[in-house]
Amino acid sequence: MLTKRIIPCLDVKEGRVVKGTRFVNLRDAGDPVEVAAVYDHEGADELIFLDITASHERRRIMIDVVARTAEQAFMPLTVGGGIRFLEDIRGLLQAGADKVSLNTSAVQDPDLIRRSAERFGSQCIVLAIDAKRRGESQACVELRRDEPRAERGEPGAEQDLSRLSALGSRLSWEVYIHGGRTPTGKDAVAWAVAGERLGAGEILLTSMDRDGTKDGYDLELTRAIAEAVGIPIIASGGAGTLEHLYEGLVAGKADAALAASIFHYREFTIPEAKRYLAGRGVPVRI
Amino acid sequence: MIAIIDSGIANLRSVQKGFERVGHEAKVVEDPRLLREAAGIVLPGVGAFADGIAKLIKHGFIEPLRRAIEQGKPVLGICLGLHFLFSESEEFGLHKGMDLLAGRVRRFADDLPDPAVPGTRQPGTRLKVPHMGWNRVRVVRPAPILAGLPAEPYFYFVHSYYVEPADGTVTAGLTEYGGWFTSVIWRDNLFATQFHPEKSQAAGLRLLANFAALAR
Repeated sequence: MLTKRIIPCLDVKEGRVVKGTRFVNLRDAGDPVEVAAVYDHEGADELIFLDITASHERRRIMIDVVARTAEQAFMPLTVGGGIRFLEDIRGLLQAGADKVSLNTSAVQDPDLIRRSAERFGSQCIVLAIDAKRRGESQACVELRRDEPRAERGEPGAEQDLSRLSALGSRLSWEVYIHGGRTPTGKDAVAWAVAGERLGAGEILLTSMDRDGTKDGYDLELTRAIAEAVGIPIIASGGAGTLEHLYEGLVAGKADAALAASIFHYREFTIPEAKRYLAGRGVPVRI
Repeated sequence: MIAIIDSGIANLRSVQKGFERVGHEAKVVEDPRLLREAAGIVLPGVGAFADGIAKLIKHGFIEPLRRAIEQGKPVLGICLGLHFLFSESEEFGLHKGMDLLAGRVRRFADDLPDPAVPGTRQPGTRLKVPHMGWNRVRVVRPAPILAGLPAEPYFYFVHSYYVEPADGTVTAGLTEYGGWFTSVIWRDNLFATQFHPEKSQAAGLRLLANFAALAR
């Protein structure tokens, strides 16, 4: 049986881990390569590097980090942040990355997903979506206004109800880009479906409402997208306890759970997280 | 020396580093003549079947590889490298493979139920394709590359297509995803895995070390 994946995520700026980590026995807790080696040793299922470098030197720096990590960590490695061209992707894959995640550039040029999937294979193209809750979607609002029609048993009521159920929930989420600074007007569920059609092989889904809160993943968001697409979903944003990882994988129906601070600050180790999940019946690799 | 065939865009560095980690020299080769000097050959592959096989043909790898296998040289196919060994693939149309093993490469059905979600079956739950992540291998024949591994070891998979051998006796390992499929092939000196040993931490490195030990 395929196991659920536990994925630590490292924010890397100018080749250094930012937000920091609290590992003991590391010469340099800011070195992404050393941190990656610890997670590899602990049995993390994958690792994600998110490059938040602002300078033009970013690609060269990240290629160096990836190459040095690949020297010693024999696990799947995903790199995201600022990737805009096929050449960027090629360089990272050649350095030892297994997947790249596309975010802003994919929204600005959706065909980039298709071109990169065609060139390198869907398996290495991850669509990263930063989503933020908005109120009820306009379609839902309109349908709901007609609810009395259903109560009165008028014609058309059944179609309304099935459409409403197809919309999934009263909620909708908007896609943001530029690290969460720019709203796009795009519906996150629709964008996930479009991304899959264009050739993305996986979705890294971050709830902007929950990111950094430690209140748990946005389960409704995660589930809405997990049910809308046929490719794997990585839940991200909000993990603060082991219970949250469980919720994201079970109630949220995610295929993988991403977390940063709970692992970086040693609140829990990877083996602790996996033992907890296994104890609750979630298939994990131990 | 172990030769890793350069089939274009594959991430060959990890395979090479994997061998180096377990103390064996490995070289990425673009020139098929270099296969003659190799003690063992790795045929990796990431990407699409048709592109990959076209590149192998264009660079003249097919015949030297066939000859090496006939001569008894250990050969290890990885992922798409496993698919290349078969008669044909259904990936984006029907394409001919090397036909060293009879059988076909098929796509996972999109409408299979997902067995991995614990708890109640909910509508909308289906098997995700690609099959991506860590899954177990049930060893059905003790291929030497699987020596010394724990029972039903975990390996890292990422693929949307799997092989269906016409002759089931070439299968050495099986994996469950929607149903059971062949994840390890072993026929004499020919080995192949659907998973990526170079991405499978300790279990994967052990497999590479086992293969390297055969290639002496």
